[in-house]
Amino acid sequence: MSDRTLEIRNLHARIPGGEAILRGVDLVVPRGEVHALMGPNGSGKSTLAKIIAGDPSYEITDGEILLEGEDVLSLEPDERARAGLYLAFQYPVEVPGVSIANFLRLALNARLPEGEEVGVMDFYRKLQAAVTALDWDESILERNLHEGFSGGEKKRSEILQLLVLEPRYAILDETDSGLDIDALKVVAKGVNAARGPAFGCLLITHYQRLLNYIIPDRVHVMIDGRVITEGEKELAMELDQKGYDWVREQVGA
Amino acid sequence: MSDLTNVNPDAEKLEGMEHTKQYDFRLPETYFYRSEKGLNRRVIEKVSYFKEEPEWMLAFRLKALEIAEKKGPPRWGPDLSGLNFDDIYFYIRPNERKGTVDDWEEIPEEVRETYRRLGVPEAEQRVLAGVGAQYESEMVYHKLKEEWERKGVIFLDTDTGLKKYPELFKEYFSTVIPPEDNYFAAVNSAVWSGGSFVYVPEGVEVEVPLQAYFLLNAQSIGQFERTLIIGAPGSKFHYIEGCTAPAYNTDSFHSGVIEIIVQDNANVRYSTIQNWSHNVYNLVTQRALVHAGASMGWLDGNLGSKVTMKYPSCYLVGERAHGEVLSIAFAGDGQHQDAGSKMIHAAPHTTSSVVSKSISKGTGRSSYRGLVQIYEGADFARSNVECDALLLDEVARTDTYPYIEIDEKTAHVGHEATVSKLDDEQIFYLMSRGLAEDEAMALIVRGFLDPVAKELPLEYAVELNRLIELEMEGSVG
Repeated sequence: MSDRTLEIRNLHARIPGGEAILRGVDLVVPRGEVHALMGPNGSGKSTLAKIIAGDPSYEITDGEILLEGEDVLSLEPDERARAGLYLAFQYPVEVPGVSIANFLRLALNARLPEGEEVGVMDFYRKLQAAVTALDWDESILERNLHEGFSGGEKKRSEILQLLVLEPRYAILDETDSGLDIDALKVVAKGVNAARGPAFGCLLITHYQRLLNYIIPDRVHVMIDGRVITEGEKELAMELDQKGYDWVREQVGA
Repeated sequence: MSDLTNVNPDAEKLEGMEHTKQYDFRLPETYFYRSEKGLNRRVIEKVSYFKEEPEWMLAFRLKALEIAEKKGPPRWGPDLSGLNFDDIYFYIRPNERKGTVDDWEEIPEEVRETYRRLGVPEAEQRVLAGVGAQYESEMVYHKLKEEWERKGVIFLDTDTGLKKYPELFKEYFSTVIPPEDNYFAAVNSAVWSGGSFVYVPEGVEVEVPLQAYFLLNAQSIGQFERTLIIGAPGSKFHYIEGCTAPAYNTDSFHSGVIEIIVQDNANVRYSTIQNWSHNVYNLVTQRALVHAGASMGWLDGNLGSKVTMKYPSCYLVGERAHGEVLSIAFAGDGQHQDAGSKMIHAAPHTTSSVVSKSISKGTGRSSYRGLVQIYEGADFARSNVECDALLLDEVARTDTYPYIEIDEKTAHVGHEATVSKLDDEQIFYLMSRGLAEDEAMALIVRGFLDPVAKELPLEYAVELNRLIELEMEGSVG
């Protein structure tokens, strides 16, 4: 099943010198599907997301991350991105003086062979499509990356970038947190626009709310650094009603 | 589009010359006359003799030498202990010819080739109103397009300016920066040679920039150009200075004096992006006298040199005069960029604004040193200073020395300073979008400089970015 999947195998990780945060994560996201990863605070969901993207502040003590069969653990974050991975950050940083349009042009060019550049018309079409999908105004593209953005705008920008960069696999780290219902709908619309046979997605969330708008193909539950159970979309609903202690009891964790 | 202002380090373009790592040329040292090392009366008399100057100028030089000897080097600011005058040739005359030529073909081929590779003649054709080129101690080329000459614009090397327009010259020379002002101004006054003499008549607007390009080729040389710029009432123009030197093991010394008189309602901009090799002491005095309703803008980019001390100043002496400094400094390993500004408000309703952006890397050190002074009677003067420093690593250093002196109750003065460190989270974020680590760092730096860079004409902004990227090379640890 390695051909068209993002697969996490027995992943163990920690902050160097610290306690283990991930204690043997197993997870498979096939391309063409959207999976939800749920779990209580501190269960290791965001750590997993950052480790997949290559955050150098963690130490991997065991396991593999296989992008369509290829272990990416030895790759730098930029190499992983160019191989087709994307992380929508929970807390996107601000980069003053760098416009979104300029940044995206550089990011697209980085995916092309040295010396080649994305065509002006092609680039403009991509940006337009993404802006439209997110009910946004084009003027946003000239604003500096997240400078003075509200929390909701930052999240929307993460999805905008996803739509323009067209990764094979995206991890959305609590993209729903801090969003009001209108913003949530817009973000969901963007993610749904990206859905298709060539796109795999892992949605990390605390709440079932987002999953009303982005219907997952599968739900995984993470507790204490491990995926302890998984199921159909109904599992999310049940979790919402009964809480994580209920899952703990179910699986005897 | 790029190579307008500065060094072009594209090594392959410079085939056949002796290459150095970043600074791309080094011609054989040929000269018609080279002074003995060190600064003394004999050297000055020789300079004056070669220039066939009026007597008052020789007297001025000798007086300045006395002042320099009395003053001695500054006891504040960066470490200048490596600068030994006894090791410096204060005057090198590249050829026998007197004065400049206005045809590149008449310049010795090797020298011409260097300017060609720096893109100077090409830029002259396309985007400049006039070009001056200084090689060692003398201007070798000077040309103003006819269109501007017809309108009465004067653009000459300073030596020729003295000869051709003695009255105008004497009226303004040394009135903005007298030798008593500071040690390096005194040294310059004693041995000055070359530089530009610019006069733009009343109401004339020169739409494209005038540019001078300074080249040092010899080892252990001192270059002391003297630029005098006069903007008559209501005139408007932009003067640009570029400079470069090859890297040697011994230090060189560049100490220019730039005096600008901005008369009523005139608008003058002076831009320089210095990219001296890292063995040059760059100690320059730049000052403008700004009259009523006039506006002066300094854009000061300090990327090269070993030590820079440079504080472009505006003396706002007429009502509603406006002064502006935009300053960028990049201090790489072993460099000390001590840059800043002085804004002197001496008339009512004068305004000034300073934006300074500095970047320090490794053992590099950048300092902002600035003075805002508001004299009594300068009612309702307003000044705003913003300095931002970016540190690229743990060892890099930055300091801010702001001096504010206010003797007027109605003054409105703001000062804001920030220091930030290159943020690992920002780098990770940009890398997670596919940018390599060095690209990510360069992008953050470009963004940091953007508020200043966007004030530059496009081709200079491109050049600035290119130079910054060169300085950033090897930053990824």
